Amino acid sequence: MTAGETVIEVRGLVNKFGKSVVHNGLDIDLMRGEVLGVVGASGTGKSVLLRSIVGLQKPNAGSVKVFGTDVLKGDMVATRSRWGVMFQGGALFSALTVRENVEVPLKLHADLSADMRRSLAELKLSMAGLPAKAANMYPSELSGGMRKRAGLARALALDPEILLLDEPTAGLDPIAASEFDALIGTLRKALNLSVFLVTHDLDTLHATCERIAVLARGKVLVTGTMKEMLAVDDPWVHAYFHGPRAHAALAG
Amino acid sequence: MASKLITPSLGPAKRLEGDYVLARVTALQSDFGAPEGINIEGVTALDTAGAWLILSNAARLGVEITGATPAQAALLDAVRAAMPPDKRPKRPPRHVELLEWIEKLGRATTAEMRDLAHIISFFGEVVVALALTLIRPWRLRFTSMVFHMQETGLNAVPIVALMSFLIGIVLAYQGADQLRQFGAEVYVVDLISISILRELGILLTAIIVAGRSASAFTAAIGSMKMQEEVDAMRTLGLDPIEVLVLPRVLALLFMLPVLGLIADLSGLLGGALMAWNELGISPGMFQVRLLDIDVNHFLVGLAKAPFFALIISVVGCFQGMQVKNNAESLGRLTSRAVVQAIFMVILADAAFSILFAAAGL
Repeated sequence: MTAGETVIEVRGLVNKFGKSVVHNGLDIDLMRGEVLGVVGASGTGKSVLLRSIVGLQKPNAGSVKVFGTDVLKGDMVATRSRWGVMFQGGALFSALTVRENVEVPLKLHADLSADMRRSLAELKLSMAGLPAKAANMYPSELSGGMRKRAGLARALALDPEILLLDEPTAGLDPIAASEFDALIGTLRKALNLSVFLVTHDLDTLHATCERIAVLARGKVLVTGTMKEMLAVDDPWVHAYFHGPRAHAALAG
Repeated sequence: MASKLITPSLGPAKRLEGDYVLARVTALQSDFGAPEGINIEGVTALDTAGAWLILSNAARLGVEITGATPAQAALLDAVRAAMPPDKRPKRPPRHVELLEWIEKLGRATTAEMRDLAHIISFFGEVVVALALTLIRPWRLRFTSMVFHMQETGLNAVPIVALMSFLIGIVLAYQGADQLRQFGAEVYVVDLISISILRELGILLTAIIVAGRSASAFTAAIGSMKMQEEVDAMRTLGLDPIEVLVLPRVLALLFMLPVLGLIADLSGLLGGALMAWNELGISPGMFQVRLLDIDVNHFLVGLAKAPFFALIISVVGCFQGMQVKNNAESLGRLTSRAVVQAIFMVILADAAFSILFAAAGL
């Protein structure tokens, strides 16, 4: 667990859908223990990048390595218990209750008694901010925000080293969103967590991310801290980080 | 607390060492004993599962945790804050007693009755919309109707024709075998034509169409319901019945009789071919016998088609409108639509049999 170790390494990623080129030779790194925020206009392939990293999207070219293992060619069995992925809508299994959803990774990758698994799942749900009574409900009975929290609880179930989050705070109310930011901060400090965060939430970017990567024109246009972002003179980056909402977030 | 009192010898603070992580919690579970305190200075790695284990043991023993690094303390605090209270909500009882069973039956019965009432009122809405369309025909979604006529009618022709052709063959083959025993082979023509024209042609067509189109209607309208398209229509002042349901109902109303006719023809063709091949009844003789059959059989069969069409399309659209905000209900209601449509078609067919028998047709 040395600092500065690269946990995710993307090199020369090319993704095409028909004629539209989403990624054209994209390079990005995630270091151990950092929170990397990925931003970009709609359609710049933020979610596709996340899907490529976890191996759901087969890129046309380039390589993706997680902990030094190629996600498409290498043996990913061990890696799957070392990352947690949270999809945009929560992506809960509809046939299982919320608690059972969180128990799925525990069942697959950890050797626990049923009672312990249950307690740990309840702990994770509570950490993600869900009330106790939600544990026995089915995903269809939850609101969108609660589904997100349950999705986060499932992603955190195994205390992963890497957390990949797709728009985790979108659709949450501001209070829940800042609770979420605080939770990420705590977990990161305690577990030396590395977080790959796709988001549009400027408050989250400001509160949690050390490094921000801006996607545009199929590549990572620029990476750096929030301060460095403010100095970039690309028109889109400038508009993004100097808009009225950005000022409000920075002031807060 | 109690264990603290009855423990004979209280040890000093227990020093925990090594990794307290998820992979090891099962092994570490029984490692605590009954110390006066827990010291975690020697803990090299701690995750939420390990923190949970240490905290729950500390709480059970009523002791303090010492020696945490700031990061570990933060994690312990976060986990402590999230620890659910020890009292668990009781699990709902799994066993079903007689009384509960009766209650369930009652609930299911009223739910079914309510569903029936809803479908009847939905049918009423469709009839009203139909009547209004007759008054102002320019409001009919003509393009949409023609599209659905192609989908439910034209595209179903191959499967309906093939199925009916095969039924004709089966009837001729099986009938010939039986009738030959009495030397009454020639009556196979009556057997085939009456059973196909009166019952099988239209009934089997309706069943196939129910499987094809009722499910398609439910899936299409249901997914629109899920995407809030139907709600968007309502806020714009569009009537979903008029826009979505009526074109489908009318399309099937026009196309099912046509499909029934095609099924009749291809069933007779299959029967005639088999009769020729198996019993030596020439096509000419088949035709002569066929023309002797009362035309009422054909009319009775075809008269049922519009009713079946109404049943299938109304059930399909109704179930589509019942879809809630989740994908699971879409799947459940799609299969429900097919089962309900087929069941109601057969029920209607039985009712028609009684009706026509009473009328002496």
